[in-house]
Amino acid sequence: MFDTALTVQDMVFLAKGAGITLLVTAIAVVLGTCLGIIFGIFRFQVGPWWAAPLTFVLDVSRSIPLLIQLVLANAFMGMVLKLKMSGFTVACGVLTLYTAAYCAEIVRGAVGAVPFTTRRAARSLGLSWWQDMAYIVMPLATRVALPSWIGLALGVMKDSALVYIVQVTELLKSTQILITRLQEPLLLLMICGAFYFVISFPIARFGGYLEKRWSND
Amino acid sequence: MIEIENVRKSFGPLEVLKGIDLTVQKGEVLTIIGGSGSGKSTLLTCINGLEPIDSGRIKVDGTEVHARGTDLNKLRTKLGIVFQQWNAFPHLTVMENVMLAPRKVLGIGKAEAAAIAEKQLSHVGLGDKLDVYPSRLSGGQQQRMAIARALAMSPGYMLFDEVTSALDPQLVGEVLDTLRMLASEGMTMICVTHEMKFAREVSDRVAFFSKGVMAEIGTPQQIFDAPQNPETAAFVKMTQN
Repeated sequence: MFDTALTVQDMVFLAKGAGITLLVTAIAVVLGTCLGIIFGIFRFQVGPWWAAPLTFVLDVSRSIPLLIQLVLANAFMGMVLKLKMSGFTVACGVLTLYTAAYCAEIVRGAVGAVPFTTRRAARSLGLSWWQDMAYIVMPLATRVALPSWIGLALGVMKDSALVYIVQVTELLKSTQILITRLQEPLLLLMICGAFYFVISFPIARFGGYLEKRWSND
Repeated sequence: MIEIENVRKSFGPLEVLKGIDLTVQKGEVLTIIGGSGSGKSTLLTCINGLEPIDSGRIKVDGTEVHARGTDLNKLRTKLGIVFQQWNAFPHLTVMENVMLAPRKVLGIGKAEAAAIAEKQLSHVGLGDKLDVYPSRLSGGQQQRMAIARALAMSPGYMLFDEVTSALDPQLVGEVLDTLRMLASEGMTMICVTHEMKFAREVSDRVAFFSKGVMAEIGTPQQIFDAPQNPETAAFVKMTQN
């Protein structure tokens, strides 16, 4: 099995795929988290009634399989809106909304976990709503949200494999291309898996590091 | 001066304040006693605008608390409040807990805020705990930290809402000693409390609340030794056992 026709160029090709995976994930997680924080705080603040339209959109994004969302979004952009949008852009857009939908729930739960009495104590000292959010709620909610958020980020990274459907050649698609040519699926999938691990592991460890750092207070 | 005029407040169908009239002068120590659900804690949270009121008026140094256009954040810097649950900010050290509001609300520089925090924390006997996190402190120490945190804003008034009720019995004394110290320094205080001995000792006046009404107010001697209202008499008798 290790007597293979795999060349250095093939490894570079895989690394490029991994780069695309990383790029799509980074864009989706960064933008999705920003949106998720806004959506989550909005939902917490205005209550279920006023947030219902937003909740519905987020529920749709969470409920429909990502693969279907990607295909439909791509078709909608190209055929209905007649926009010349690259598959990469569509992929980033769909994954961002998908991340935001999950992140909003994490944020809503974490903000709700900050005791009302702690927030009241902050406000009683004269801190404004924004100051309470910035100096009390955000630091405390972040500690609560972190494990779930790390899980979300890793999940999005692996789910990003589905963006091949809109012609984005990321890590898994690159692997499949090589499998077709070299006919060595096991070796190639092992290498592919190793790439995913190399990307994920630092994120998971960084999360662990932050948790440990914050636990002494 | 805090002026409370005919204040009414309901939570849903439950009317917790049924027309309270009360004036607290500068330098006065007023304690409010009464059974649970008598509305005494609610009154404190109404005074600094944490709770809205249904009717009536509360004025602090002439500013109407619940008027439209009142800057509550500014007003609250004059009114320190300490709650039953001490509510430390767990992600900040003791020092940072106390420095936060002076820095962010009053806009005081870091060095000066640190000096204020150190002074207030030493004042309540926590001068050696500046850099620890609140989770390392006992309940009594956390409550004293909460008092220092409120004092750091140099408030004109301090409101204490059953500050010893959540403490282990052996920790009550240290917190009451802190309150006694403040009273002796001339701080204007409204204390909601169940500590009758403390109330008798430090108060200029004692108010007895019952079912949302201020049933009686007077000197400690009047309330505890010669109550005029039969409900006050029953409450005092019961709590002395």
